[in-house]
Amino acid sequence: MVDSAEQLAAHAADDLDAAFGHIVTTLGPAVYTTALRVGLQPADADDLAAETFARAYKALGGYPPERIRALRLRPWLITITLNLWRNQLRDASRRPALLSLDLGATALADPVGDPEQAALDRHGAGQVAAFLAVLPESQRVPIVLRHVVGLSYAEISTVLGCPVGTVKSHVSRGLAALRAQLRPGEEAM
Amino acid sequence: MTATPLRGEGALPAVLRHLRAAPPPGFTERVLARLGLPSEEDEFVRLDGPAGPVFVAFNAQGISHVLAAQVVDGDVARFEALHRLRFGRPARPAARPPAGLTAALRAGRARELRYDLRGLSDFEQAVLRKACDIPRGELRPYAWLAREIGRPRAVRAVGSALGHNPVPVLIPCHRVVRTDGHIGEYVFGSSMKRALLGAEAVDVAEIERLAYSGVRLIGSESTRIFCFPTCRRSARLTGPRRVPFRSAGQAVNAGYRPCPACRPHTQLSA
Repeated sequence: MVDSAEQLAAHAADDLDAAFGHIVTTLGPAVYTTALRVGLQPADADDLAAETFARAYKALGGYPPERIRALRLRPWLITITLNLWRNQLRDASRRPALLSLDLGATALADPVGDPEQAALDRHGAGQVAAFLAVLPESQRVPIVLRHVVGLSYAEISTVLGCPVGTVKSHVSRGLAALRAQLRPGEEAM
Repeated sequence: MTATPLRGEGALPAVLRHLRAAPPPGFTERVLARLGLPSEEDEFVRLDGPAGPVFVAFNAQGISHVLAAQVVDGDVARFEALHRLRFGRPARPAARPPAGLTAALRAGRARELRYDLRGLSDFEQAVLRKACDIPRGELRPYAWLAREIGRPRAVRAVGSALGHNPVPVLIPCHRVVRTDGHIGEYVFGSSMKRALLGAEAVDVAEIERLAYSGVRLIGSESTRIFCFPTCRRSARLTGPRRVPFRSAGQAVNAGYRPCPACRPHTQLSA
């Protein structure tokens, strides 16, 4: 049984130190997944996720309780993650790595009922992750946030600072590009 | 590498969901250590419960987790993993149980113990604390709980809250049954529920028999008071002085009044 985001924010508003462990445990997967699937190696994604929470803790320490209580924690944390990521890219002046995608990263997917579909999903997942990493950032990031992490379009619009319509069109173009990669020779949707 | 065709257009979002990942184990502890925050840890013991051995975890705030050992085949490592998964913090073996726990397990009276119910909503905590009021050997329906906590319409939510009970056996969700009188569901399975009730001398077969025949309440012909069948008042009645009722409305119409101890008023709105 896991705290809802609202409960976590309310707990943090009352007692940040007591609540923060729960926040890390509950929202760690969403933050780590974002870092990993926008194109980092697992060790780097781990560092970025840890840095996200360190920054978050410092920021929260300076917020009044009402502000903490009103926070949408998951999109807020992911915004920090993406900002840190972009800063890293800019500083390192390098493109996102698409080498050895780590499928050993602990999978959290719900078990799929059909074992054949599950096997297909596992192999498909490796290829999808590979092609995802070479999509342009403008499509890759919204797809990760929407379809991997599961944010709503409204949340993504806030995180990325662009209108919902724009987010939707980036997602649909990115999905079309992925499908085209995965089915060479077929017409793209 | 050759592209594997994905089955159906809907497959791609599903596959993308599979890309969710968890940080490596120890992530939370590392972050907390970096920030100078104390890492939380529970302790646990394995004790004999009324229907078999149980693992019981606890911390400074109280008892946090009870698990029937059979759920993990008695395997300590599996309990530790389950505990960590559920609560996001580790549990390590304790030298001794907290004060009062062994006695509470033996007596089936665990109201005096402290519990760590953080993570549960106010509603869920209210449901569990009310369940503690059900005496050993007695049963109450979900609707009774809902009414007692001032939420008479929230019967399904009560069932759901009991299903989230992190400390079964101690907080006696096993004493809560369906409004129609049938024994109903349990976190560790209905045979465990029956075993726990049997250990409290509840005549489970009789309860089921009453439920099947639509009898939900029992009145005393001499006192003109009606009760739940397991209320210790009505449980002592035998023969013609024991009057079955299908509903509180029927009992009231027959000139009976609700027992002040077991408070079967819930049935009035049924």
